[in-house]
Amino acid sequence: MRVNFTVNGRPQEADDVWEGESLLYVLRERLGLPGSKNACEQGECGSCTVRLDGVPVCSCLVAAGQAEGREVVTVEGLADYARQRSEGGCADGACGSAGSGVGLDAARRWEARPSDGQTGEQGELAPIQQAFIDAGAVQCGFCTPGLLVAADELLERNAQPTDADIREALSGNLCRCTGYEKILDAVRLAAARQGEAV
Amino acid sequence: MDFLRPASWEEALAAKAEHPTAVPIAGGTDVMVEINFDHRRPEYLLDLNRVGELSQWETGEETVRLGASVPYTAIMEQLRGELPGLALASHTVASPQIRNRGGVGGNLGTASPAGDAHPALLAAGAEVEVESVRGSRLIPIDDFYTGVKRNALAPDELIRAVHIKKADGPQQYSKVGTRNAMVIAVCAFGVALHPETRTVRTGIGSAAPTPIRAEAAEEFLNAALDEGGFWDSGKIITPSIAKQFAELASAACNPIDDVRGTAKYRRHAVGIMARRTLGWTWEQYRGAGRPLEGAA
Ligand SMILES: Cc1cc2nc3c(=O)[nH]c(=O)nc-3n(C[C@H](O)[C@H](O)[C@H](O)COP(=O)(O)OP(=O)(O)OC[C@H]3O[C@@H](n4cnc5c(N)ncnc54)[C@H](O)[C@@H]3O)c2cc1C
Ligand code: FES
Ligand code: FES
Repeated sequence: MRVNFTVNGRPQEADDVWEGESLLYVLRERLGLPGSKNACEQGECGSCTVRLDGVPVCSCLVAAGQAEGREVVTVEGLADYARQRSEGGCADGACGSAGSGVGLDAARRWEARPSDGQTGEQGELAPIQQAFIDAGAVQCGFCTPGLLVAADELLERNAQPTDADIREALSGNLCRCTGYEKILDAVRLAAARQGEAV
Repeated sequence: MDFLRPASWEEALAAKAEHPTAVPIAGGTDVMVEINFDHRRPEYLLDLNRVGELSQWETGEETVRLGASVPYTAIMEQLRGELPGLALASHTVASPQIRNRGGVGGNLGTASPAGDAHPALLAAGAEVEVESVRGSRLIPIDDFYTGVKRNALAPDELIRAVHIKKADGPQQYSKVGTRNAMVIAVCAFGVALHPETRTVRTGIGSAAPTPIRAEAAEEFLNAALDEGGFWDSGKIITPSIAKQFAELASAACNPIDDVRGTAKYRRHAVGIMARRTLGWTWEQYRGAGRPLEGAA
């Protein structure tokens, strides 16, 4: 079957989708967006977390056909999504302003470019991504995309989360490397920077 | 496989009548796991996400009519006052991502003895509204669970909503697991005080082939509270009454040994949870001058 939906603010079409296929599979294998990770395929690890109409979900448990006509944001579109949010624009692309969103080619080429401490050059990172790098919250990086999407949503909803709020919001994301402390640091850091910016 | 996408409830009922083997998919948090692992290859998937009214609820005089697909997140955030037991139980389900998708309709569809909604529904008192092209009926929650992962739905029926009694007193939910998130219950216990009828109702999860009530424990407690004038005086429930209640709750269990725990442990833990949750709710009842915090 064919599935039409919006990914990172741009309309996309996936063809030859098997009816039992997950949204995660479509994103990775049909649209070439491997940012969302596939680890458990049973909702346990959160590494496949994306926003579906704004709501964080495990994309491995959404049937592709259920995404028809809906808005998906993946980690590849997170920087753009966060930028539009901070500009007070329409982050999910629903307002359809021309030129917004991230096209598939750009998304496939996307790589983390942190701002350069020496030149001060701004990279194309969401604040939460920069905070993960600065706090040393990334080791192997496999859990990182899911955590970024979940943490970004927390900070959108709750500008000053308590430690309990952070733990709760990230309780569906497993990390095998960091022991979580640096991840908590990163979210606190992003929240503090967000507070300064306002 | 075919993917059926009804745009309305009527279309969904028609599709289910035409294809009784079609597997409904709401949040997909049970169905997709089975498909991803090749445990299930249904001929038809029947997507309910486009049927908007399934994600809504109505608060009436006596009950909340909770649409089958209302996600746990909405229950715990927006129905705490009306459905405190179910809100607490919802909060123990899995993780935010799962709670954003999964709901009570799917929990009832799966009818796992470990499903967290069940003890809360049994304790509060509820009826499941099911419908087919043949018509609609209300199934009392006590008759809904018919066996291990079996329920009273006919092949052409879908769950439309659950009618849950609004809390008229304190309710609690307790669950044993290895951590605070992402845990299927080793066993669970729900209790609801109903001061208006001067009764206490219970629900036990993961300690029998189906979710059950601890009926003998309820009967004993109802009689003891009545005889001792506890509802009027609001005095502390005596330890011997609490102990007997806990023992009868344990005795109601018919558990198995499995990877999550032994039958003996489950029986023991249910007794402990019964005593504790009774204590908590009774304290709330005594303290709050009857109906508890936020009872709307
Ligand atoms: C990682 C993980 C952790 C979990 N942890 C818990 C937990 O802690 N506690 C718990 O209780 N559960 C848990 N679950 C199980 C699951 O999330 C719940 O059972 C949830 O309530 C299912 O809801 P759903 O909408 O996702 O159901 P779906 O997967 O869409 O459907 C489940 C079943 O119900 C049927 N169904 C759905 N809607 C209807 C309807 N309207 N009419 C008729 N049949 C219907 C489907 O055909 C299917 O058989 C967990 C699942 C995962 C993946
Ligand atoms: S891959 Fe989806 S939760 Fe693990
Ligand atoms: S950094 Fe390796 S799993 Fe989290």
